[in-house]
Amino acid sequence: MNLSRRYFMILVPAAAIAWDSVLAGTPEDSPNYTMTDHWWGMLIDIPKCIGCGNCVRACEAENDVPEGFFRTWVERYHVTDENMQNPEVISPDGGKHGFPPVEEDAGKYFFVPKMCNHCSDSPCTQVCPVGATFVSPDGVVLVDQSYCLGCAYCVQACPYGCRYINPQKHSAEKCTLCYHRITKGLTTACCENCPTGARQLADLKNPNDPIHAFLKTHSVQVLKPQMATGAKAYYNELDGSVR
Amino acid sequence: MSIFKDTGHLFRFAALFVVGVTSILVVRAIVIPRSFGQYGHYRGAALKEIAKLPIKYAGHQACEVCHTDIVATKNAGKHAGVNCEACHGPLAKHADDPSIVPAKLDTATLCVKCHAASAAKPKGFPQVKADEHSGGLPCETCHQPHSPAIAAGGAK
Repeated sequence: MNLSRRYFMILVPAAAIAWDSVLAGTPEDSPNYTMTDHWWGMLIDIPKCIGCGNCVRACEAENDVPEGFFRTWVERYHVTDENMQNPEVISPDGGKHGFPPVEEDAGKYFFVPKMCNHCSDSPCTQVCPVGATFVSPDGVVLVDQSYCLGCAYCVQACPYGCRYINPQKHSAEKCTLCYHRITKGLTTACCENCPTGARQLADLKNPNDPIHAFLKTHSVQVLKPQMATGAKAYYNELDGSVR
Repeated sequence: MSIFKDTGHLFRFAALFVVGVTSILVVRAIVIPRSFGQYGHYRGAALKEIAKLPIKYAGHQACEVCHTDIVATKNAGKHAGVNCEACHGPLAKHADDPSIVPAKLDTATLCVKCHAASAAKPKGFPQVKADEHSGGLPCETCHQPHSPAIAAGGAK
């Protein structure tokens, strides 16, 4: 083959560009789970939460969450006439072992389970300098553990405080919405173990999901709506004092 | 045409430029993970890796395949909405290998995790002051945990 220098100069860069897509290969097929059929969120029914901490313990067991860190936690609010704007909020050990009992019912008490809101316009994924955290095609905010540098930009960017740096792995971790469970047709560990049904996994793309009827008939809000994060943790009867 | 006299210099420069660009593209092809950009600005294979993590809680569907008698009792009682592992703990290993038998639960410490009286809890939720209510006896002395209401025939 008579390859002139001119064509060689054109062919080499062209081959280098093509090699990139050759190596990428064809995307693997997932036989049982189609990502584009789902758009995951969570419904949290505040009047049902009893503050038992079962969700926190289940999350820790399912996801090997290190001691002192939380992918979900429960806060107890105490709102009285004097502190309407700044209510007393406690979360002893993330509410993992429940809450100290209250004898007298002065003011208003309620429990608020917190977790990653799996925002569709998430501030945490936007700041990642290496593309290690992302919103998956089915609406779950995930961290690629092998790609994360542990710079903690995302920890600072999350308006809900839902991320931490794993002290052993030195990479960012967060609620995965039990991605390894929901892709197998199971519910999340926290939903599976909530004894009162205060937490419900919701698939917003599934027209038969009870979330749609619930959203139409209940007063449902998200946390920090003013930040326009597109949060998908929907709170039923959320008190105005919750931050 | 005196300005094009020394075009040889330009060709050598251009060749150097092409070599540089080519080496950048080759290094890129080697360094960037194969699936990066498959779905967006991240490694597409990470989704599969996260989805492959082992489960610890088998899920109530797995329990209901074998423990049909208990499921029938539970579904008729007040604990119908409480899934098995909420009390029994993570039992995916038991679901995979039934010869691994989970430890028996102690109702004296288990039930109060939810049912200990506190004014902070929702009013409709059944709550007891355990020491006054049972004097330290385990709850299962009177209540059948899978269908706890005594009036409903749940008493032992």
